[in-house]
Amino acid sequence: MRVVSARPTLPTRLSTLWSRRELLLSLISSDIRIKYKNSTLGIFWSMLAPAFTLGVYYMVFSLFLKNGIPNFVIYLFSGLVVWNMFQNSINTATGVIVDRAALVKKVAFPREILALSNVGAAVVYFVVQMVVLVIFVAAVGHAPAWRFLLILPISFLSLYFFTSALAMVMSAINVHLRDMKHLMEVLLQLWFWLTPVVYSYEHSIAPLLSRHGLTLIYFINPITLIVVTFQRVFYVNTIVRSTVAPHAMINILPTWSFERFLVLNVALFAVTVVLFFIAEAIFGRLEGDFESVL
Amino acid sequence: MVAVIDVKDVSKSFKIHHERHQSLKERLLHPRSGSTEDFQALRDVSFTVGQGETVGIVGHNGSGKSTLLKCICGVLKPTSGEIRLRGSLAALLELGAGFQTELSGRENVYLYGSMLGFSRKMVDGIFDAVVDFSEIEQFIDTQVKFYSSGMYVRLAFAVAVNVDPDILVVDEVLAVGDERFQAKCVDRIQRFKEEGRTILFVTHNADQVRALCDRAVVLDSGDMVADGPTQDSLRIFREHMMLDAVVRDAAHLLGTIQIESVTTLEGSFDVKSGAGLHFDVAITAQVAYSGNFVMELFSRTGLLVSRSDAQGSPVNLVPGRNHISVDLAQIPLLDGTYDLNVGVLDHHGNTVIAWSEKAASIQVTYDGREGGLVELGASITQR
Repeated sequence: MRVVSARPTLPTRLSTLWSRRELLLSLISSDIRIKYKNSTLGIFWSMLAPAFTLGVYYMVFSLFLKNGIPNFVIYLFSGLVVWNMFQNSINTATGVIVDRAALVKKVAFPREILALSNVGAAVVYFVVQMVVLVIFVAAVGHAPAWRFLLILPISFLSLYFFTSALAMVMSAINVHLRDMKHLMEVLLQLWFWLTPVVYSYEHSIAPLLSRHGLTLIYFINPITLIVVTFQRVFYVNTIVRSTVAPHAMINILPTWSFERFLVLNVALFAVTVVLFFIAEAIFGRLEGDFESVL
Repeated sequence: MVAVIDVKDVSKSFKIHHERHQSLKERLLHPRSGSTEDFQALRDVSFTVGQGETVGIVGHNGSGKSTLLKCICGVLKPTSGEIRLRGSLAALLELGAGFQTELSGRENVYLYGSMLGFSRKMVDGIFDAVVDFSEIEQFIDTQVKFYSSGMYVRLAFAVAVNVDPDILVVDEVLAVGDERFQAKCVDRIQRFKEEGRTILFVTHNADQVRALCDRAVVLDSGDMVADGPTQDSLRIFREHMMLDAVVRDAAHLLGTIQIESVTTLEGSFDVKSGAGLHFDVAITAQVAYSGNFVMELFSRTGLLVSRSDAQGSPVNLVPGRNHISVDLAQIPLLDGTYDLNVGVLDHHGNTVIAWSEKAASIQVTYDGREGGLVELGASITQR
């Protein structure tokens, strides 16, 4: 029995969403196939493009600005995989409902699946990049922090739920306020620099933040903890010897214990799941009016 | 009977934006401008459709029938009320809307199938049937953007009818492909009907409803005005159409011309098959009017038996009482009761000035051996 009603409850919405997971998978696979259709290198582009970004940042920060972080590529790479997944998702998902208006107006399915399929495609690229990261780390003989590896799945799930929540809300807001797409592109640039991907949180800004009591505010950005966790797992070292001043030790990553990382990540996971539910509810509210503006 | 579709108090209103500000700048500059108005597309519509019924939803353009259909399919959410559905539903509306033109036909069959809510496995099972039905075997691995529009809808139609839905919703899409393919589609829908599945059929074409449906629901500007046997509903539909036409296009003439009575000299409309019939139509007019006179004869099964008009020579109505006489030289109809509609239309035949639906019932008696509707006077011999 299926019920079409004016305002389905959140549990109904979630169970409908779950029942259409097969559609989500086929949308993800068609998204990816369309993106690389007729291109010779195909899905390799999902590695080449980030590799290029990686190269640029490496040259700028390690060779020209000489930030003194040894093995900077690994540090950069482990943060960038997280950021790429987030940015890819939000950039594509924000406009998706407007772009697929023809479909939205004619075929019945939970509309948020469109935004989630963009997140899903970004997850696929994320996995590809992770594989490259792992191969790279293994090739240079850099052992990951094995114990912290356990936290990685929790951290990834937080990333998934947070990204999905934001993607859904933005895609719905963009229907009513078309500026959102352009605004988001700008905001994401700012957001990138508020996240310790190309610089070290501990080394560059932690003292400054704690002096002004802003540490908590900095960590309101959920991506920060996720990025730091990924860096802790793959980069491993918290305090390293600088490559530019051989006798100086620099603190790159928080020296938190395993337990602290675990607790923080579990807490973040819980928060992002709640955010996901809230986003679903917000989407339900905004969705009711789609047909009069699409 | 189990209700497969249960529509309960469904209303739907749309916001109509007169001056739409969708960009941030415009929103900031004109925080209050851009008035919105509610347009009520459906008002408290309720009906149920039982297992195996074929129900037509009729209404003219803008009556809300497509909105109702979209609500039933779940494309739109009603503003209030709810719709309960039992079983899977496939909709033949806006065929091919889910297609990704960059992908091949094969990939699209799977994608479209999953959009309709069917699993990959199920689509695997019907894939050959879909390709076979759509008649595009050799292009199935070609990107859909290279398809002709006919191939495109044929493939979409093939998916929708082959996924084996419990409920099939059809929205005036029978104009798919060439005539042969159309026949195939109608055939397929007939087979659905015979298999005891539920079909909801939306159209403004009364003939299609008569041919396919057992029951019809009539919508008129968002209100449900009839729900009953196809015959009765279609009669009400026609009356609403006529009334509407008068109100819309000839408001100044509304009520000024009326059909008073339809009478025969003998006083009855009983006639022997093959004999002629003469009747008199009395029309009172408050203004002079020159227009066309039309009569229609319907069988009780709702089939239009005959329509004829004054053949280019206008009837000139004068203020007061007018008499039109109609002479049917010969009625070759078989046994049965036939309903007579008469009316006055404008010269172009577009606008109804006065109309009397079911003005009289003609009772035909026939004692020959032929069956059906008309007597052809067949004689069968062997040479």
